[in-house]
Amino acid sequence: MALDRIENLLEKYFEAETSIAEEKELKDYFASSDVAQHLEQYKPIFGYAVQAKQEQFTATIPLNTIKRKRVVWLSVAASVAVLLGVGLFTFNHYNQPKSQDLGTYDDPEEAFRETQKALAMISESVNKGIGSMKYLNEYQQSKNRIFKK
Amino acid sequence: MNQNEFMQLVNPFKDKLFRVAKRLLVSTEEAEDATQEVLVKLWNKNESLDQYNSVEALAMTMTKNYCLDQLKSKRAGNMRIVHNNFTNRDASLHQKVEDIDTWNWVEKIMDNLPEQQKLIVQMRDIEEMEFEEIGRVLEMNEQAIRTALSRARKVIREKMIKTHHYGIG
Repeated sequence: MALDRIENLLEKYFEAETSIAEEKELKDYFASSDVAQHLEQYKPIFGYAVQAKQEQFTATIPLNTIKRKRVVWLSVAASVAVLLGVGLFTFNHYNQPKSQDLGTYDDPEEAFRETQKALAMISESVNKGIGSMKYLNEYQQSKNRIFKK
Repeated sequence: MNQNEFMQLVNPFKDKLFRVAKRLLVSTEEAEDATQEVLVKLWNKNESLDQYNSVEALAMTMTKNYCLDQLKSKRAGNMRIVHNNFTNRDASLHQKVEDIDTWNWVEKIMDNLPEQQKLIVQMRDIEEMEFEEIGRVLEMNEQAIRTALSRARKVIREKMIKTHHYGIG
């Protein structure tokens, strides 16, 4: 390669007027073994440029972050669903009108009988309860025997 | 677009993004983080990617912006690790000088360039991109890029010549 061409290209290179092809030419020249003595100093500049292009990106690309995002969205959706469910349940539970309708009788005689039956049941229960109070009477008697009035 | 298609789309230029990020951020780990971040962002754009005529230029712009933001926040937080302006004062320096990989000098000189010039040199001299593409990424016109590039190349030359003559940059 003609030396004056290289010198010419170098001059253009430092004025940033060389094309990519011309810069390649320079890189090739300085990578060769027969670099002119007085141009030796430029060798590392072009050598470095060639060498620097070899460096590669070796780390992995964490594309699965997308999936992670999806999981986040899923859990958000799930918790909203659960909250809504619980909310609706309690809402319905407390707002349900307590049924006051216990049935009724149209025939007064039947109503009377049923009332009597119900009252009898209550009195029976009450008597049963009172029955267990008879012990207290015993205590009362013993106490009266000891502390004579 | 599924993951495989996406990988095929980004494979041709992911190394490029990484190198640009490393040029700006210096540290390999940070550059890897930045590249990952940008690629994930790109993946999230998935559906709208068709609208861009050059995904590569888009990715490049995103990388540039991300890294510059990163540098800005680091500087604001006063946490910048100074990788450059580093002079090794070892006694054995003079013996080492002959052996030092001269490429490292170029790298160090580039580390000292302003960010914009770093980007331009990276994209032009290392990635061999056309001025038009660089202009699209940096939102600059061609003439401005040429001027900055010429300035940067001359700085590199000047410092390299000094290194060459005195053994110390």
